[in-house]
This record gives sequence, structure tokens and C-alpha cells, in this order.
Amino acid sequence: MRVTEMITIYINNKPYEVSSGQTIMQAADSVGFRIPRLCYHPKLSIEGACRVCIVEVEGIRNYVASCAYPITPGMKIKTNSRELRQARRDIVELILDNHPQDCHTCERDGICELQRLAYSMGIRHRHFEGERKHYEKDLSSSSVIRDPDKCILCGRCVRICSEIQKVNALRYAHRGFKTVVMPAYDLPFAESVCTACGQCINVCPTAAFVEKNYTQELFDKLQDSALIKVAQIAPSVRAAIGEAFGLGPGRAMEKESAAAMRRLGFDYVFDTQFGADLTIMEEASEFLERIQSNGKLPMITSCSSAWMKCMEQFYPDLIENVSTCKSPMSMTGALTKTFFAEKIKADPARIFSVAIMCCTAKKYEAARPELRVNDLAAVDLVVTTREFAWMVKSAGIDFLHLQGEEFDAPLGLSSGAGTIFGVTGGVMEAAIRTAYELYTGDTLIDIEVEDIRGFAGIKEGKVMMDGREIRVAVAHGLGNACNLLDLVRKEPDRYHFIEIMGCPGGCIGGGGQPYAGSNSIPLDQECLKKRAEALYGLDRDKTIRRSHENPEIQKLYREYLGRPLSPLSHKLLHTHYRPKEPRGIIPQEIKAR
Amino acid sequence: MDTHVDERKNELIEYMEKTKKQSHPESCLIAILHKAQQLYGYLSKEVMDEVATTMNIPTAHIWGVATFYHYFNLAPQGAHTIYVCLGTACFVKGAGKVLDAVKEELKISVGETTPDNLFSLRETRCLGACGLAPVIMVDDKMYGELTPKKAVEILRSYKK
Repeated sequence: MRVTEMITIYINNKPYEVSSGQTIMQAADSVGFRIPRLCYHPKLSIEGACRVCIVEVEGIRNYVASCAYPITPGMKIKTNSRELRQARRDIVELILDNHPQDCHTCERDGICELQRLAYSMGIRHRHFEGERKHYEKDLSSSSVIRDPDKCILCGRCVRICSEIQKVNALRYAHRGFKTVVMPAYDLPFAESVCTACGQCINVCPTAAFVEKNYTQELFDKLQDSALIKVAQIAPSVRAAIGEAFGLGPGRAMEKESAAAMRRLGFDYVFDTQFGADLTIMEEASEFLERIQSNGKLPMITSCSSAWMKCMEQFYPDLIENVSTCKSPMSMTGALTKTFFAEKIKADPARIFSVAIMCCTAKKYEAARPELRVNDLAAVDLVVTTREFAWMVKSAGIDFLHLQGEEFDAPLGLSSGAGTIFGVTGGVMEAAIRTAYELYTGDTLIDIEVEDIRGFAGIKEGKVMMDGREIRVAVAHGLGNACNLLDLVRKEPDRYHFIEIMGCPGGCIGGGGQPYAGSNSIPLDQECLKKRAEALYGLDRDKTIRRSHENPEIQKLYREYLGRPLSPLSHKLLHTHYRPKEPRGIIPQEIKAR
Repeated sequence: MDTHVDERKNELIEYMEKTKKQSHPESCLIAILHKAQQLYGYLSKEVMDEVATTMNIPTAHIWGVATFYHYFNLAPQGAHTIYVCLGTACFVKGAGKVLDAVKEELKISVGETTPDNLFSLRETRCLGACGLAPVIMVDDKMYGELTPKKAVEILRSYKK
């Protein structure tokens, strides 16, 4: 084992004790020097492409990229000399030279890393005027828009798509000035292996990747008095939306969100967490049925839309393992246009069903033909946490000072189990809380399942149900999911039940969550932990923490669905998936160029 | 499907299977694409898909490599490929005018193929025959000390 020792290095003429085996950037970070950076991301491989993080090292003729250069004992580093500041500023100016000058009309105005960098470099003029690239935007995807004109070729999207998600939808194509990040064969995004997870948006420092924006359309619909406007909101949105209003991560803003939705003009404000409770009822029952009738195991969860598209393209051999349950969003949407429409005696075609999601792939899911109910879309429009926050600001709603309000019946009440759906391991934990009690008839005492909490890539746990051992596994982020499923292909009997979430951390790390602010980085681990804690806190504060104890759920089954897996449940709440082209390929180990 | 096509495909697959026995088969990608281009004359989406599946390499990665190197053709090529040298010596001796004459004669631009699939036109840097500048190369044959008129005559000789 390699032992790290403390060594002395000199930064700007002063000695510092730092651990050996680090890069200059890491060592400088540890003693309070934050060297400017752009293409660097702590979760991704070192690219060294942007050269923004250059420093001066005594004895080395050229400036070195601090993200890639290791420290040595006695190394003398300068991070802020006059010449270095000038060189760094020139580098950023040259990046800007081939970047549109449209900041004030750009979607990321005010929350753009490149803009922040230019400001902190002290760039107040544009000195260079050279040839500029021009490409068409790719608007083909229902979730993610690609705008190569805004791309500065930092490669973060390429790296997250291949290293963290293992989807490999993006690569650099062509060379030199003509280099463009694109899917294979320059095909439209919609025809690529892209799973619509939106992680490229999260890590993009500019607006080269953004979600397909539906805010104007939604504002228009909210003005339409002929429509009954109904909204639902995902658990993770409330755990992160505060960040879009300048709060630190980890503030749970559940009731404020409900109040803001009403003020935007929605007639009914529902909670996707109700749909989550319903998903648990159906999914736990489906699981028990598979256990008791020797059905296909392991059963794999189906809530995450990015994972569903990934499964259809990369793992079509596992389709039978996937639960037939629709996602909580699609269940809530389906009931909105049936059960709820009947209840208020309204024509379902007049109901405009909106979902506020932490997710970009939900836009894709909402458009899937197999999820329609009675030939109507279950969800007509999806906006992300970012879009929702923007709408709230744009409509002049004082989010931070709103008095909290409750969600509306009959699709508004949820248990703590529905809340934790938003964090990796949460669906499994919620399912265990219900499946255990349905199977054994006993009360589960320890309902917080620690083994499957936390941020390990793959988590395993065991539950004893009436002497029967149930082995479960949880993966978050499609790369981890791929590793887990490769294991399942080799050892089909290893697990009984598997939860997969497409995004790192689960939905709290979704592709539609607020951009990282000026003092943080996208997908920061600490930020994800705090968002998770916000959801666990909401769960702990609830009296009802098991889905089957939600009185509105009980009422729904009593009055409408009958029982879990009933014919009506099957019609409204379940679906089937089919293999999709193009087929995805998961390589062993290939470094993205 | 004619048998000729299948033979080419079989040869390509055989080639790939051989590389898979080596320690880092993915590093053979460029060699495989060379082989594919040698067999088919260019890299079609279908051929790249074939390479992707057989070698377990994502298509986006293959596309990245195929577009990076000028050598790889991404569209079908004509029966003859004309390389007009635009290296320094040739350029000084009027290669630009030779290129213009060739374009005018074939009614295509650099990188394109004539509608009758007889010629593809490419520009190149130094071919190592500066003493004969300006030069063009048609397939493997070099023609030197050209004028625009001579270049056109050479092309016409291929049309017969």
C-alpha cells in the first residue's frame, strides 16, 4: 500500500505542508488557493484541455496545467504572478473569441461558468476577433438540446457520458477548428443512444447543452381558462429548488413549492409522492407475486425514465426482469385523467396535466406513446426544477417568503416512503417497508434500511421475510447500473430485487436540477448528501411512513382500483417495454479522446 | 445481396476476430478501419456499426476516429481518386490553377465524387515529388510538370 507522507511545497513564496501524491491543483485547494479551472471536474478523468488552470513552476520553462501536474517535495509554484494572470486571461479571451457574444439573451445568463470565469479574469474588452464556428442547433430530442456554437470543447459532457453514465452517446468528431461534440454519424440526438438523462447539461459550463424549454408554452396554457390546470411535483424538486433561489443545499421546501404552484395558476396541486406510494403498492405486490409464483427474478425497478431508455437499448435481454409498473409521474398523470376527472365530473380532454420534475428524461417519458391513457397523454408537459424556478421568478412570486400550503386531495397526500423515492436506495427502502408487511403480516420495526442508504455505487442488502432471505441491490448512475447488470447477467440468482436510478445520487442528482452556484461544482457530493438528508428529514417528520398506510391510497383502492394488480390497475398503472434501436454498446475500458 | 458483398464482410469479420485475440483489441480500431476502407472503398454507417458490434466499441467513438483522420472516406469513392498536391513547391508552381482546372473539368469540389462515379477529387500536401511540381496523383500514378491544360488532358485519358 502506498503511504502518503506530508511534504513541503511553496506556493507564492510561502511554505505549505501538503500530502504527497496529489496534483498541484489538489494541493493548492487543500491550503486555500483555488486556481481558476474550466475543463476539470473531480468526478471525471483529467482532460487538461482548457489550460485555464496553468501555474508557474520554478525550473520548468513552460506553464503547466495544475490539474494534471503532480507535486514534488520543495516544488516552488506561483499561482498569481503578473505574467501568469496575463497568460490565463489570454487563454480565456481566446476561448471567448470563438463563442457567441449573446450572454444577455442566453439561457445560462448569470449562471454560466464561462461568464464567471471571464469576469474573474478581469476581461473587460474583447481583444481578439477571429473566425467563428457556426452550426445548427440539434432540436430533435424531446429532452436535451445541443448547441455546438456555445461549446468550448472542455469535454465534460463527453467524459460524464462515457465515464459516469457509460452511455457513450457523445464524442469529439472532426479535428482542429472543426472539432464538434456530437453523437455517432452526426445523427440527430433523438436517433442516438442518448438516454436523455441530462447529465451533460449538469456538467456543461456554458449553454452547449440545455433542456428543451417549455416555460413559454406553460405560461400560455396557464392563461387558458378553458383548461383545468393540474400539476404534480417530484420529491427531489423540493430538496433542491432552494438552491435556485440562493439558499444553500439541503433545504426542504415542500409546502413552499405547493404554494408557488398555486400562485403560478394551477387549479389543482398534486404530489408525485402520492404516485410513488401507489407505485410501491403495485410494485411490492408485483414482486411478491413473482416470488410466490416463481416469476422472473430479479425484478428491476422501472421508475427512472433514463434507465428505461437505457434498458431498452443496452439491456433488452432484461426486459422481462423489469417491473411493469409505470413511474410515479405517469401513474399520477394517468389517475389525473381518469379517477380525478371522474371525481370532479370533468372531460379529461380539458385537463392539462403538468409535471415538475428534477429530470430531463421525464420529458421523453411523457411523450412515450405506450404511456397514454384512453388515448390521452397522462402528462401533457414536463418542466424541470430549473424551468420551474425560472417561472416562479419570472412571474414575480416571492418564493423564499411564501407561507407553506398543503397539496390538494385526492392525489396530494403521501407517506415518508413516497418522499425518499428521490434518493438512491429510496425506492427499495419504501418497497421493503411495504412488501415486508404485506408478506409477513407483521410490523417492520426498523424501517430505515441503512445498508442501502448512502452513495456507494452499488449497495447490497438482505431482508428476512418469514425465514425467507430476500437479497436486494441498488445502483445509481447508469455506469454503476451497467456494472450491476453485468453481474446479474453472470449470476442471475444473486439478487431478488434491484433498484436502478439513472442519475448519480438518484433523482436528487437529476439532469434538471438547479445549476451549481458560484461556490460549488456540478454534482458536488456534499450537495447531493444534503439534498438526500432533506428528503430523509421529511420522511422522519411524517407520521405515516409506509405507503400502504397512506389513507388516500387506501381510499383509492377501495373506491376505484379495487386492489393492487387488479385489471383496472393493470390498464392504468402498468405498461410494457420493447427493445429499441440504435443498440447501445458498453465498452470494457476506452478513454474518450 | 450479392456474394461479393458477403465475402468482403466475412473478410472484415475474420480480420476483427484475429485482433480480438490480442491484449488490447480496442487499440486496433484504426487498423480495422483501414481494412474496412480497403475492402469497401469507404466507411459506411453499416460498416462502422458492424465494427462497433463486433469489437464492442461505441459508435460515437468510431465516428470520432473516422472523422479525425483525413485518410478515411465517409462516402463512396469514384473509380479513380485524383490527389492534387497543394504542398509549398507545387503551390508556388501554380497548383492552385491546376486544381481550379480539374474542378472545372469534373464540375465537383474537393472531397466530392462525380455523378458517374468515375472520379473523386482530393487535395493533399507534399507528395515528395517537388522536383516535378506541380504534380497530381491519379490512384497510384504520379503526373508532374503540369499545366492546367495538361492536367485536363490526363483526366480525359481516363474517361476513354
